[in-house]
Amino acid sequence: MSDHKIGVYVCHCGSNINGVVNCAKVTEEIGKLGEVVVAKDYKYMCSDPGQEMIKNDIREKGLDRVVVAACSPRMHEPTFRRALEGAGLNGYLLEMANIREHVSWVTKDKEEATKKALSLVKGAVKRVKLHEPIEEREVPVTNTTLVLGGGISGIQAALQVAEAGHKVYLIEQKQYIGGNMAKFDKTFPTLDCAACILTPKMVDVGQSPNIELYTSSEVIKVDGYVGNFTVTVREKPRYINHDKCTGCGDCASACIMKNRIPHEFDEGLSKRSAAYIPFPQAVPLKAVIDDENCLLLTRKKCTLACVKACGAKAINFNQHETIHEFKVGSIILATGFDLFDAKRSPQYGYGKYPNVINGLQFERMTNASGPTSGHITLADGTEPKSVAVIHCVGSRDENYNKYCSRVCCMSSVKFAHLVKDHCDAEVYEFYIDMRTFGKGYEEFYNRVQEEGVHFIRGKGAEVAQKDGRLVVKAEDTLLGQYREIPVDMVILNTALEPRVDAEKVAQTLGISRSGDGFFMESHIKLDPVTTTTDGIYLAGCCQSPKDIPDSVAQGSAAAAQSLAIIATGKVKISPISASIDSEQCAGCQICIGLCTYRAIKLNEETLRAEINEAVCKGCGTCAAGCPSGAIKVSHFNDDQLLAQIEGVLA
Amino acid sequence: MNDKFEPKILGILCNWCSYAGADLAGTSRLRYPANIRIVKVMCSGRVEPTLILKAFQEGADGVLISGCHPGDCHYVDGNIKTLRRTPLVARLLTQIGIEPERFKQVWVSASEGERFGKIVEQMVEDIKKVGPYQKKMGDQLDVVMDEVAASAKEAAAAAEEKGGLNCGS
Amino acid sequence: MAPKLQLAIYWAAACGGCDVAILDTDEKILDIAEAADIVLWPIAMDFKYEDIYKMEPGSIDVCLFNGAIRTSEQEEIAKALRARSKFMIAFGACAAWGGIPGLANLTNREEIFNTVYQETATTINEEDIRPDTNYPGPEGELHLPRIYDRVWSLDQVVNVDYYVPGCPPTPETIWTAILAIVTGNLPPKGTTIAGIKSLCDTCEREKTEKKITQFKRPFEIIADPKKCLLEQGLICCGPVTRDGCGHRCTNNNMPCRGCYGPSEKVSDQGAKLLNAIASIMDVKDEKSAQELAATWEDPAGTVYRFSLAKSLIYDYKKGGE
Ligand SMILES: Cc1cc2nc3c(=O)[nH]c(=O)nc-3n(C[C@H](O)[C@H](O)[C@H](O)COP(=O)(O)OP(=O)(O)OC[C@H]3O[C@@H](n4cnc5c(N)ncnc54)[C@H](O)[C@@H]3O)c2cc1C
Ligand code: SF4
Ligand code: SF4
Ligand code: FES
Repeated sequence: MSDHKIGVYVCHCGSNINGVVNCAKVTEEIGKLGEVVVAKDYKYMCSDPGQEMIKNDIREKGLDRVVVAACSPRMHEPTFRRALEGAGLNGYLLEMANIREHVSWVTKDKEEATKKALSLVKGAVKRVKLHEPIEEREVPVTNTTLVLGGGISGIQAALQVAEAGHKVYLIEQKQYIGGNMAKFDKTFPTLDCAACILTPKMVDVGQSPNIELYTSSEVIKVDGYVGNFTVTVREKPRYINHDKCTGCGDCASACIMKNRIPHEFDEGLSKRSAAYIPFPQAVPLKAVIDDENCLLLTRKKCTLACVKACGAKAINFNQHETIHEFKVGSIILATGFDLFDAKRSPQYGYGKYPNVINGLQFERMTNASGPTSGHITLADGTEPKSVAVIHCVGSRDENYNKYCSRVCCMSSVKFAHLVKDHCDAEVYEFYIDMRTFGKGYEEFYNRVQEEGVHFIRGKGAEVAQKDGRLVVKAEDTLLGQYREIPVDMVILNTALEPRVDAEKVAQTLGISRSGDGFFMESHIKLDPVTTTTDGIYLAGCCQSPKDIPDSVAQGSAAAAQSLAIIATGKVKISPISASIDSEQCAGCQICIGLCTYRAIKLNEETLRAEINEAVCKGCGTCAAGCPSGAIKVSHFNDDQLLAQIEGVLA
Repeated sequence: MNDKFEPKILGILCNWCSYAGADLAGTSRLRYPANIRIVKVMCSGRVEPTLILKAFQEGADGVLISGCHPGDCHYVDGNIKTLRRTPLVARLLTQIGIEPERFKQVWVSASEGERFGKIVEQMVEDIKKVGPYQKKMGDQLDVVMDEVAASAKEAAAAAEEKGGLNCGS
Repeated sequence: MAPKLQLAIYWAAACGGCDVAILDTDEKILDIAEAADIVLWPIAMDFKYEDIYKMEPGSIDVCLFNGAIRTSEQEEIAKALRARSKFMIAFGACAAWGGIPGLANLTNREEIFNTVYQETATTINEEDIRPDTNYPGPEGELHLPRIYDRVWSLDQVVNVDYYVPGCPPTPETIWTAILAIVTGNLPPKGTTIAGIKSLCDTCEREKTEKKITQFKRPFEIIADPKKCLLEQGLICCGPVTRDGCGHRCTNNNMPCRGCYGPSEKVSDQGAKLLNAIASIMDVKDEKSAQELAATWEDPAGTVYRFSLAKSLIYDYKKGGE
C-alpha cells in the first residue's frame, strides 16, 4: 500500500484549547509521525481562513487524509467534511480528535492535557489512514408532517405547515385540542381573554383542508428516518359517530351518571356525566362517552338514556379502537407539560384543606364558562376576603425540580389582579424572586403592585389551619421577620413538569431527555428546536417550561424546520451502513436476530446472509456479533477501530 | 500503591448518549482525571470483546464501555446486546487474569456529564489500587526473559563442554 | 530421480496424538516414506540432540513441529530446528495456538507446581521438593530444562511458515499439507492449510435465527441430530472455527470443540465466540443476563479450549515485539 499524505490541523479555539493544551507542541510531535506531511496549528480552524488553509493544503500538497484536532465532532464534523469536499476530497477521509470537550475543558493540568491531546490525535492519525471514501445517501422526502399534541404550540405549528399548503396529521391524546391554555380565562401580560385568541385558531384547525385531526389518539410506533417516517397511531373509540353528532349535549343531560364524575377539564371543580361535551368551545365540538365510567361499558347494564335522548342517532357502542398508519417527512413534538401535584409538598395542605387550590383550578374558577361561572368562591360558596398566592411550589427546590418554571411569577401576578378584579380581597404573594423578564411583563407587575397587592419576599413555608381559617407561615426576608398571615384561600402556583408519559414518548420516537426530564434539544442555544434525531422537532413546554408567546414562537420555528425539509425535497441520511462479504459469511444466521430493523435476511438460494442497506442504520451491532468477521460497517470497521485504539493508547 | 502510577483507560462510548454525555462534561467545564482516552462507536452494541482485549494488549490498564440507558438506545436495543455480553465478558476477563476493577460497562445519558466524570474518577481510583496492568504482564515477561537468557547460557556452556545438550537422559 | 524430501518431525508440549495422527494416514504413510527421508522423529526412532546440532542450516526441507512451547528445552530445539529447516510448520493445535497445554495460561507456574507437588490428594511431599534446574549429582552438576511461567505457541517463539490445524489434524488435512509440499504447490506463507470459512459453512444441520434460553452441556441432553446445536443450547465452537475437519464432532452429535482454530477473518477465537453466543442470549435486562451467564460453567476454558496462548491478551512474540 502506498503511503498516505496526511494533513493534521490543531485548533486553538482561541484560548479554549490553547489555554490548557500546548497546541504548538502537539503539532510538532504529530509532524514527526510517518505519512504526516503537514501539521499546523491555528487560532480558529473552523473560521473561513482556517478552512481555506486546509483546502489549500489539499490542493497544493495533494493531501489524501485530514485530521482536525479541535472541538467535538458532534459540533463541527459536518463543517470540516464540507471543507474537504470543497477541495475535492471525500468528506469521510476526515477524522476529528476531540481535544476541547474531552481534553482542555475537563483537564486542569496543562502537561496532562497536552499528553492526552497528543494521544487522541495519534489515534486519529492511525485511524484516518484506514478511512475509505463514502458517498452520502440522499432520499426523497414525504411532504407531510405529523404534529403530536394539540396545545397552543402544536396548533401554531400545524396551522403554519397547513397554510403553506402541506398536509398535517395532528394527533391529540385528549378528546379536544387547546391544551392547557384552553382552561384559562385571561392571559398575562395583556389580559387578553384566552378563549378569544385561542378559539379562532382551534376552529381553523378543525376547518383546514390540510389538517387531519385525530383526537383521543396516541402514537404507538415510529419507524423510518427523516423524510420517511412511518407513524402508527391508535385512535380510541368515543362511542359517538362524529359525522352525526351535532354537539348539542342532549346525551349529557340525559345520562344517568349526570353530576357524578369529577370533570377533568374543570380540574375536578365540577361534576359531569359519562356522556359529555368536554367544554363549550371544544374542537371538535362532539360528545364523548367515557369508557371508565359509562355503566353500559363497565357493567354492561344501563337504561341507555343517552341513546334515547340523541336525536341525531350518533351514539354507537360498537366502536372499536382504530389503528392508523401515516407516512410523514417530519414530526413536531408539542406534548406540553403536566402540573406538579401539590400533594407531593404536604406542608401546604393541598388535598387536605378544601380552600387550598392550585393555579389551574383558579384559572377554571375565573373562567366565565367554568364551574363557578367566573366567581371566585370558597368551598362554602362565599367569596374570600383574603387570598395568598405561593410561588415556586415544586420549582427551584432541590427536593422536586431544580429549575424555574418561568411562568409562575407572571401567572401569580395575574391571579392577584384577577382576585382584585373579581372580589377585591386582600392578596398576599409569597415569592423567592420576582421574575418578570418578558415584553410588557415588568409593566404588568408594576400595575398590579399599584392595585394594592402585598408582595412578601420569602417562600411560603407552610399552610396550617387556625380558628377555622388558613394561616400561611413564611419568613419575610426583606423585613427579616417570621410572619403568619391568616387568609381564606391559598393558591399554590405549582411547577410545570415533564408529562407523565414523556419517557414513553421519548422511547417511541427515539429521542433523548435532558436531566430535568424535558425533551432534549440539539443545542440549548443554537438549536433549541431540533432534537438529536433528524426530522423530529420540538415546540412549546415539552422542551422546557415557557409562556404562550415563546410556545407560539417555537411552534412557528418547528413548522419552518418541517417546511424546510419539504422545500428541499431530499434529505441526506447517514451513509454509515453495514454490508456482508458473502465470501466470508458461513450462513450461521447469528446476525439475523441481532438487527432491530430486520435489515438482514438469509438469501435462501446461496444460504448467505444479506443486508438491505436502505434499511440498515449502521449501528454495527451485527458486525460485533458475526463470528466469521464477515460483516463490515462502513466508517466503523474492525481495522479502523483497532487502529484508533492502538493509537490512543500509544 | 504507586503514587506516580497514572492508569491508562480506554473508553468506548456510543455516539448518541455517552459520547454526548462526555461532551456535556466538557461544555459544563467539569474536571475529571485525564486518564481516559475516548473512542467513539455509533452504538454500544458495536463493542465486541476483541476491542477490549486489544486495548489491554496495547497497554491499557482499564476499559470503560458506555452506552445509552436500556430503553434509550438510538438504535432501539443495541444496548440490550451490550448488556447480554457484559457479564460473560467480565467473567472471561477475570478468568484470564484481568482484575474486575479494570473493566466496567455503564450507561451514561447525554445529560449525565457530571456522572460521566464521576465514573471516570472512580475507575481511576479503583485501578490505582490494583496497579498497572501492563507492568504486571511485563513482569511476567521479564522473568521469563531472564530465565531464557540464563538457561540459554547454561545450555550453550553445557553444549560446548559436552558437544551436545545436557538433557538428563 | 529427484532428491527425496528431508523431513523432520518433532514434538514439544504435546500429548503425542499428532505423531500418531501421522501414522493414521494408513497406507499413505508409505507414500510419505517413498517421497521423504525422515531425518528426525523422536517418537518413532532414536535420536540425540547432537544429531540436530550436527545438521547444516537448510538441510531439513520441512519440519512438522507439534506441541506448544512450555520449557526452555522446547524453545531451544524449536530455534535449532528453525535454523535448519526451509519450512517450519506448526503442526496441530498446540503448536499453532498453544492447544490444550495453553490453558495453563489461565494460571501460572507457581500455582501449577502447588497443585502438582503439594495439593493433589495422593501427593506426600513433606520437604516441599520442587523441580530445580540445577542438581549437583555425583557425576557433577546436572541441568534440567526450566518450565516457563506461561505457554507459548510455536510462532511466538520462531517464525512459522504454515499451519496445519487440528487436535490432531485429520489424515486428510495432513495429506493435503504433505501433497502441497511435495508437489511444491504452496500457498502464500502464513497460510493455514485447511478451509477458510467457519465450520457452519459446510454444516448441514438445519439453521434458523438463533436464541439461547439455557446453556446445556453435552452430557445433559441428547441433541436433535438435524438441528443446529447452538440453537439447542450446546456451546458449539463451529461459528468461529475453521472448516476442514470433516465435522468429526458434529457428525457424532457433539458440538465442535474448536480444534481447527479460528477461521480466516477471526483474530481471537475465544472473544469472537463468546461475543456471538452472548449476543444471542434470549435476555433483555441486566439481571437475567447475569443469571443466564452464570449458568455457563467455564467460559474461558470453552471458548479458548485450543487457542488461549494466541488470545490477544497473550499474543506477544517471545522476547518482545
Ligand atoms: C396556571 C397557569 C397559568 C398560565 N398562564 C399563562 C398566561 O397567562 N400567559 C402565558 O403566556 N402563559 C401562561 N401559562 C403557560 C401556558 O400554559 C403554556 O405556555 C402553554 O400552555 C404551552 O402550550 P403547549 O402547547 O406547549 O402545551 P400544552 O398546553 O400542555 O398542550 C399540550 C397538548 O399536547 C397533548 N398531549 C400531551 N401528550 C400527548 C401525547 N403523548 N400524545 C398526544 N397528545 C399529547 C395534551 O393533551 C395537550 O393538549 C400558564 C401556565 C399555568 C400552569
Ligand atoms: S453472523 Fe456472519 S457468518 Fe453468520 S450469517 Fe451473519 S454474516 Fe454470515
Ligand atoms: S449495522 Fe445495525 S442496522 Fe445495520 S444491519 Fe447491522 S444490526 Fe442492522
Ligand atoms: S446508541 Fe447508545 S447504546 Fe445504542
